[in-house]
Order: sequence, then C-alpha cells, then structure tokens
Amino acid sequence: MEELKGRIISKGYVEGEIIISNSPISFLGGVSEEGIVTDKENELYGKSIANKIFVFPTGKGSTVGSYVIYGLAKKGLLKGIVNQDCEPIVATGAILGKIPLVDHVDISKLKNGDKIIVDGNNGIIKVEN
Amino acid sequence: MYLTTEEEKIYNGEYGETLEMCMNLIVSLGDIYGAEKLIDVTSAQVSGVSYKTIGEKGLEFLRDMSASGLKVSVPTTLNPAGMDLIDYKNIGFPEDFAKKQIEIIDYFEKMGIELGCTCTPYLSGNVPRFRDHISWAESSAVCYSNSVLGAYTNREGGPSALASAILGKTSYYGYHLDENRTPNFKINLDLDFEKIGLKCDNKINNMASYGLIGRYVGRIVKNGIPYFNFSNKQKNDGLNIKSECLKGLGAALAASGGVALYHFNGITPEAICTYDNQFDKGNLKFDDEITITNEMIEEELSKFNNDQKIDLICIGCPHSGMSEIKTIVDILLEEKKQLKTDLWVCTSIYTKAIADRMGYTKIIEDAGGKLVVDTCMVVAPIEKMGYKYVATNSGKAATYLPNFCSSEVIYGSIEELIRKGLNQ
Repeated sequence: MEELKGRIISKGYVEGEIIISNSPISFLGGVSEEGIVTDKENELYGKSIANKIFVFPTGKGSTVGSYVIYGLAKKGLLKGIVNQDCEPIVATGAILGKIPLVDHVDISKLKNGDKIIVDGNNGIIKVEN
Repeated sequence: MYLTTEEEKIYNGEYGETLEMCMNLIVSLGDIYGAEKLIDVTSAQVSGVSYKTIGEKGLEFLRDMSASGLKVSVPTTLNPAGMDLIDYKNIGFPEDFAKKQIEIIDYFEKMGIELGCTCTPYLSGNVPRFRDHISWAESSAVCYSNSVLGAYTNREGGPSALASAILGKTSYYGYHLDENRTPNFKINLDLDFEKIGLKCDNKINNMASYGLIGRYVGRIVKNGIPYFNFSNKQKNDGLNIKSECLKGLGAALAASGGVALYHFNGITPEAICTYDNQFDKGNLKFDDEITITNEMIEEELSKFNNDQKIDLICIGCPHSGMSEIKTIVDILLEEKKQLKTDLWVCTSIYTKAIADRMGYTKIIEDAGGKLVVDTCMVVAPIEKMGYKYVATNSGKAATYLPNFCSSEVIYGSIEELIRKGLNQ
C-alpha cells in the first residue's frame, strides 16, 4: 500500500473509490445537489461523484461552494476530498460537513477508480494496490 | 496559533455551542493556512442567501445558527437572494420557493444582518477603506474590495464569513498579509479594442469587453494574482476607466478562475502605491506572463449563441449601478419602442430607490422591462420560469448561466442587447 503524505485540512477517516477532475471546480453551478457534475467545461460533465472520494486540484468560482459541499456531506453523498492545494471555500465546506480532506498531495499519482484511504487525522493518503 | 484568554474561552465552549462552532471554524482555517493570531475585521459580506444555492441543508444550518440568539458584531451585509423580496409574486417566482426564501431572510434578520441583498455592497454603504481588514464572501465583491478598494480579505466561504461576522474576527493569513498580495502573473493587454466584435462605442471603456478579458485570463491564472498593463502605455492616460469595467473584470476573473485580487497598472491603488514604480524599472518579477490579443477575445466571444432570438435580457451581474441604468434609459428614450423580449435590470434596493426618484424605473417599465431588486439571474430559478435563451453583458453571468440555469447565452454590450431586444 503506497502512502502519500499531505496536509490535514479536515479531520476524519474514510475508505473509498476516487473520481478525479483535473481542472479546478466551482461547486456552485459545477456540482448538483445530487452529486452530478454540471460544469459543461469539466471532463467529468454528467458523471456522479456520489459515494466517492473527490480528487481535484483546487477550488474556483463561487463562495457559496462551501454550502454545496456541506449539503453533499450531510446527505452522505460526498465521502471525502483530496486536493493539490485546498482553498478556504472548499476547506470550510469539508470542516462543517465533517468529511476528511487532505491536500498538498501530488494528485497526478492517483487515477480514476483507485481505492484509497483518506486519513484526515494524520494527513495521509493510502493507495491500495 | 495564539489566542487571547477571551478567544480561548469561546474556543472551549464557555459561551455556548454556536460561538464555539464559529470559533472552531475560524481557528481551523487559521491553523491550516499558518495564521499566528486572529485579527479584528471592520465589516463582513455574507454569501449563500438564495434557497436555490444553499438548499435544504443550508437552510437548516442557518436555522440552527439563528436559534442560538447570536447577533453579528460588525456591520454585515447580505448577498442576493433567490427572488425580489417585494415584487416576487408579480414577477412570477414559484410560491414554494418564495416561502423557503422568506424563511432564510428571517434567520439573517434575527442575526442582525442588514437586509440589502446585493453582490455590490460597495455601491450601497458597505465601503471598506484602503487596507481595512474585512471578511467578505461573494467572489466578485472579494475581487472588487481587494483590488479596486485595496481592502484586505480572503475568499471567505459563505459560512466562514458568517462566523467572522459574529465573532468580529478572522484568522490572519493569506490576503491579509502584504507579502501574499504581490502580483505573480503579468497580463499584457495588446488589444485593438475597437476591433473587438461587440457593438458599442468606446469598447476600451465598456464592461462587456472586460467580461471577455476576465473569462479568458481567469482560466489561465486560476488562483494567481494578475497584474494588468496596456501594451501601449498611452491607452492608460486619460482613460478614466469606469468602475463598472473593473467590477465586471473582477467578477469574470473570480468566476472562470479563483482570483481574489488583481492589480492594474495606473488604475488600482496597490499598483499605484507599491508595484507600478518597480514595474516601470523592470524590477517586478513574475512567475509567468501572457499577452492578450484580439484573436483570444474573438475566440471567447465565439462561444456564445449570438444569432439566437432572446427570451430574457439580464443586466446587472454584479448588480447595476446608476451609470448602467442610465445607459439603458438613454437607449429607450432614443428608440421610443417596446421591448420584444423580457428585460431584468438587477440592482440593489438602494440604487432602485434613486432610479425611482429619477423616473428611470418608469421609463424601463413603460418599455416592458423590470428593475429587479434583491436577486439576479444566476441565483433566481429562471430555468423554472421558462427562460432558455438569456442575454447578458456580464462575463460572470455568462460563465454560470449555462451550468446553473441550463441557459444558452447571448453575449453583448448593454447598448447592443437593448437594441436587439427592441428590434428582434
């Protein structure tokens, strides 16, 4: 099992399959309340992030994104987040929604469908081989 | 991170759970981003007001917050709601939506927040001073206050701005520190503005041009700090750039990218005070640079469906100031025709009060348009109101409308869109 060391943004521990966006995400307008990616310029357009760990480089756009993340987390749809560089809007959503978030991870080492552990208590990502 | 005795007590829950939650959020962010302490803020702008954007979970969050009886401790203003709070029935907002929206507004009122509902608080009384520390959400207002007013704020999320408003404090990190405000991306505007494919006079001083520039540059610089300069320095002299152009530029930069702060040679205060001198001497170092040409702007403009018949023209993203309303009124007075499409001029209740008094509201209404307050085309449920082909002069609206409102966008200057609406 490969370990990637990152930075703790939001505590918690979760195991799951990942889905990756290689471009930055605005949760407002970019992801629906049901977890479907609605940003037509994103490569994940039309796909669901529900019940997955969402990996993306960083946030962009609306400051309401925090509420969208909070809502997805409270409904149990979003399990965890891994970022290259987490901005406060995304961090706020994860902290309030109580889902683990680790950043400063080289996300190019991850690929769609990987099963990983996000250990937000220690700031570590473990990739199952 | 250092906390005073009083802050420590709040953090440890001695003043109740809700204050503890607010402090925990602010301190967590501070710990993550390396803040050494908390600082006082002079104002807050809270986003996440429309029921359409925050949904049921957001509403429950605000219900819990307001139930604690806590009030904001600094002047705090509110972002647009999902509907005109006065005229929502006539405009045709769905009734179940209206009920939820009013409930949300009631929670904010209980917390002592000013119910102005605008994304341009800086046009209606919430005006930070140069180098004031503030805690603002609303991405376009963050960009305007940092860049054009020279105040200091991070891109606060809706809930963290609210927590800050209650505590009167934020963590001292990011854009609150001078060393993090240095530009890192040089943007040369090598544009022949008059050749841009918009129909209006004086394109170098029209908000629609800057929306296109902002969309293009935002995608490239992402969350960097751009430094704009005209390739031909003379362009800057005597330009007297309108504040609506700077508003539109920042809004688009923050929508297509995550820009919180930009500098503009000869125009924005920190550029003038701190960076222009170094730039002129060639001492300002950048990580990267890009030259914006007419081809890039045309590519941006070609993404829109400009031959399409319009269902709704939306002006006012961010909210219109008086000069934009005046531009519309002048065209209506000149053409003396009825609009063949719906027109929403979105603005704050403050600006509308003056437009009413000046007779502008009546002129717009007589032509078949509406001055819509408290909301805008992005956060209102326009897709449920039968609007599909939506025309805008805003680079920000043009970015959100297709994804969030399933709209097809027609893009142009105010002059061009109003004339289309009168003659289509």
